[in-house]
Amino acid sequence: MNLLKSIIAISVIALLASGIAMNQAASRVLAVAAPYAVLSFFLGGFIYRIIKWGRTPVPFRIPTTCGQAKSLPWIKNNPVENPAGAWGVIGRMAGEIFLFRSLFRNTDVKIIDGRPVYGGTQWLWFFALVFHGSLLIVVIRHLRFFTEPILSCVSSLSALDGFLEIGVPALYLSDVALFAGLIYLFLRRVLIPQVRYISLFTDYFALLLIAAVAVTGLLLRHFFPVDLNELKTLAMGWVTFAPVVPGGVGVVFYIHLCFVFVLIAWLPFSKLIHLGGIFMSPTRNMANNSRRQRHINPWNAEVKVHTYAEYEDEFRDKMKAVGLPVEKE
Amino acid sequence: MSFAKIPQPDELMNIGYAPPKTEWMNTPVDFRPGTWSYGAAAKNLTALDMPNPRTWQPSDADWKLPENWKEIILAGMKERLEKYRSFRLFMDICVRCGACADKCHFYIGSGDPKNMPVLRAELLRSVYRRYFTTAGKRFGKLVGARDLTVDVLKEWFYYFYQCTECRRCSVFCPYGIDQAEITMIGRELLNCVGCNINWVMEPAANCFRTGNHLGIQPGGVKDMLEFMADDIFDRTGVRVEVPINKKGADILFVTPSGDYFADPGTYTCMGYLMLFHEIGLNYTFSTYASEGGNFGLFTSHEMIKRLNAKIYAEAKRLGVKWILGGECGHMWRVIHQYMDTMNGPADFLQEPISPITGTRFENARSTKMVHIVEFTADLIRNGKLKLDPRRNDHLKLTFHDSCNPARAMGLFEEPRYIIQNSCNHFYEMAEDTIREKTFCCGAGAGLGNDENLEMRMRGGMPRAMAVRDVVKKHGVNRLGCICAIDRATLTTLMDYWVPGVTVMGVHELLANALVMKGENERTVDLRGDEIVVS
Repeated sequence: MNLLKSIIAISVIALLASGIAMNQAASRVLAVAAPYAVLSFFLGGFIYRIIKWGRTPVPFRIPTTCGQAKSLPWIKNNPVENPAGAWGVIGRMAGEIFLFRSLFRNTDVKIIDGRPVYGGTQWLWFFALVFHGSLLIVVIRHLRFFTEPILSCVSSLSALDGFLEIGVPALYLSDVALFAGLIYLFLRRVLIPQVRYISLFTDYFALLLIAAVAVTGLLLRHFFPVDLNELKTLAMGWVTFAPVVPGGVGVVFYIHLCFVFVLIAWLPFSKLIHLGGIFMSPTRNMANNSRRQRHINPWNAEVKVHTYAEYEDEFRDKMKAVGLPVEKE
Repeated sequence: MSFAKIPQPDELMNIGYAPPKTEWMNTPVDFRPGTWSYGAAAKNLTALDMPNPRTWQPSDADWKLPENWKEIILAGMKERLEKYRSFRLFMDICVRCGACADKCHFYIGSGDPKNMPVLRAELLRSVYRRYFTTAGKRFGKLVGARDLTVDVLKEWFYYFYQCTECRRCSVFCPYGIDQAEITMIGRELLNCVGCNINWVMEPAANCFRTGNHLGIQPGGVKDMLEFMADDIFDRTGVRVEVPINKKGADILFVTPSGDYFADPGTYTCMGYLMLFHEIGLNYTFSTYASEGGNFGLFTSHEMIKRLNAKIYAEAKRLGVKWILGGECGHMWRVIHQYMDTMNGPADFLQEPISPITGTRFENARSTKMVHIVEFTADLIRNGKLKLDPRRNDHLKLTFHDSCNPARAMGLFEEPRYIIQNSCNHFYEMAEDTIREKTFCCGAGAGLGNDENLEMRMRGGMPRAMAVRDVVKKHGVNRLGCICAIDRATLTTLMDYWVPGVTVMGVHELLANALVMKGENERTVDLRGDEIVVS
């Protein structure tokens, strides 16, 4: 049901986009005004999220420790999985962000012969990494539209990405990888009953939206080629705050653009904000040094305690009777 | 404990992992006997000035909630979203990848999809979306938002008291989302309208008044410890002293009351007494701070602080130099991650230095409280203890990493070092079930009561099955641990799943092996079981 709803949502966006492409005034708005609106949504939303999280205090030091702590000097500690200081935290965070360390631990469980058996299952980790990595490459490759001259690192990345030289223009490996990742993540969500059970409309929508961006992008490159000079002019127009309406870019391009805009504008308000959130997770970005160094809670609550005096007042006679020392005779 | 009322093990192993046909939001909770804990008695809430004390049970149709319960919960959520970055972030960034799903012992043991940490969190997240996000306010169910109703509250109660805050899911989550944190906040909210369980609130109320969970009064504490000293004399011929509330001691020793209340924890406590006697430690127990455990952790952050305050206060009153803590799991989560922040700074204490070895415990420089396995490992390393591991030859031991020392501290090698120096037959369980991946006993966080027995046996199943593997492979007959709740709950768990395996603390093992000055020849271990040297 949630899947169906998100397919409908994607189709509606595609239809609207086609409508926009057919209408000159609307396509003008999309090419000239929309980018700035989208960008402000994205930046505004992103900053809002980060500030909102950032201003919320971290009252307690609660890292999840996944290795031996630094304790006695002769015990070998794990400085990354159980960081004792800033460098360890940096290492741990780098592992999480670039290598998806925690996801790499993934196991699955099956009941075999009346007992649970755990197996390593790194497929989710592998495809998640493939998906995110290729998405990053695709984004970087698009920078060629936004700088003049093209940054050398961007062009060499593109060259490397297309080194197999299959077809004209060359098929990018990152595109293939992106689809592989998307297909895996999608099939997993649809086919594994437990994952399907927890999936919301927005979970399918996020995947399908990125898929729609990728499909239209691929169509543009390989089946409905667009004059790249027009695109470059358009992008440079945005960057230089002198946007122009491109000529002859076709319906597919507008659809692509629409999907991209929806994705970018929606990102900060969706679960995709894990992009920023991962940096702030207190179970990962804190050192496990809470006994070595006092952590301060800015709102440390005032509470009512039961004092020793109150305790002794209640039990004084009993304490004296069994010969336990008391403060007041 | 009687297992008569719950299914047999082979029946319980029949776990269906297929989710129900109905969507989770439309699947109401079923309070099936054996899977939930009794509501808190009014007197315990009154003793702690907690809201809405009344007579009620979760199985009642009417929970006697305050009139404005919904406003209370929503205001409570708002307050906590502003106070805890963890809570706000964990509400926002989950992508529902499901990596946590089959990491939860309750899910593995029950197959109930709401025991997948992701869905347990969604129970709360759906309400967060509805009242605290624009999309949720506008689009409702389409974006996974739902109204807060009494049924939702009941669902929270059922599933937040079916989570042991063990943090295993957070090891596997790519964003480190910690269900323990969500459960803690969820329980705080439930507490705001008086929905809590007696097995948490009674210990908390007892602890507040008498200093320990079990409500043992000063004379009782003294009796029990002296009784143990007599037992030690019987076994070893050595008379150990039992210092209590002694001013001018170097060290205040705090351990969970489970250690001096019931077997097999008492044997661990005897181990402490023997060790301290043997090294001539100038220490003291306290009757006021006679509890290391802290059921506040299963109630609210405020309650943690209220109960924990006694430890520093008593250390100050007695004028000790630093504090030593016994074997306990959740106690150490509180000591390690909360105590100094909540009730510190402990500037009236000194940086802990072992009076026996001179070792400076730099990792406890600020909190000034040392874990006993750190202390003992250091003694062994410096050759201060004479150990005869052959005295444990009748035991084939495996070791259960307790959740909190594992995932909130990273205390892995210290207990193993003590074990390896104290016995000759030690076998690790499977890699996926130890250290940071250790499985909970299934009854922590206040769930270790009798009425919840079926759920305990389900939740403990993954741990029990890992034990059964080493029983089959190596003939293991003893399960070691460094947690008082474990010592109580694993015993029941073993009786159910792996009969014949008994449970012990690491310091019981150590004390069996400890060669004491002036002792008689030992023919039996602390339990009176015959020592068979192989």
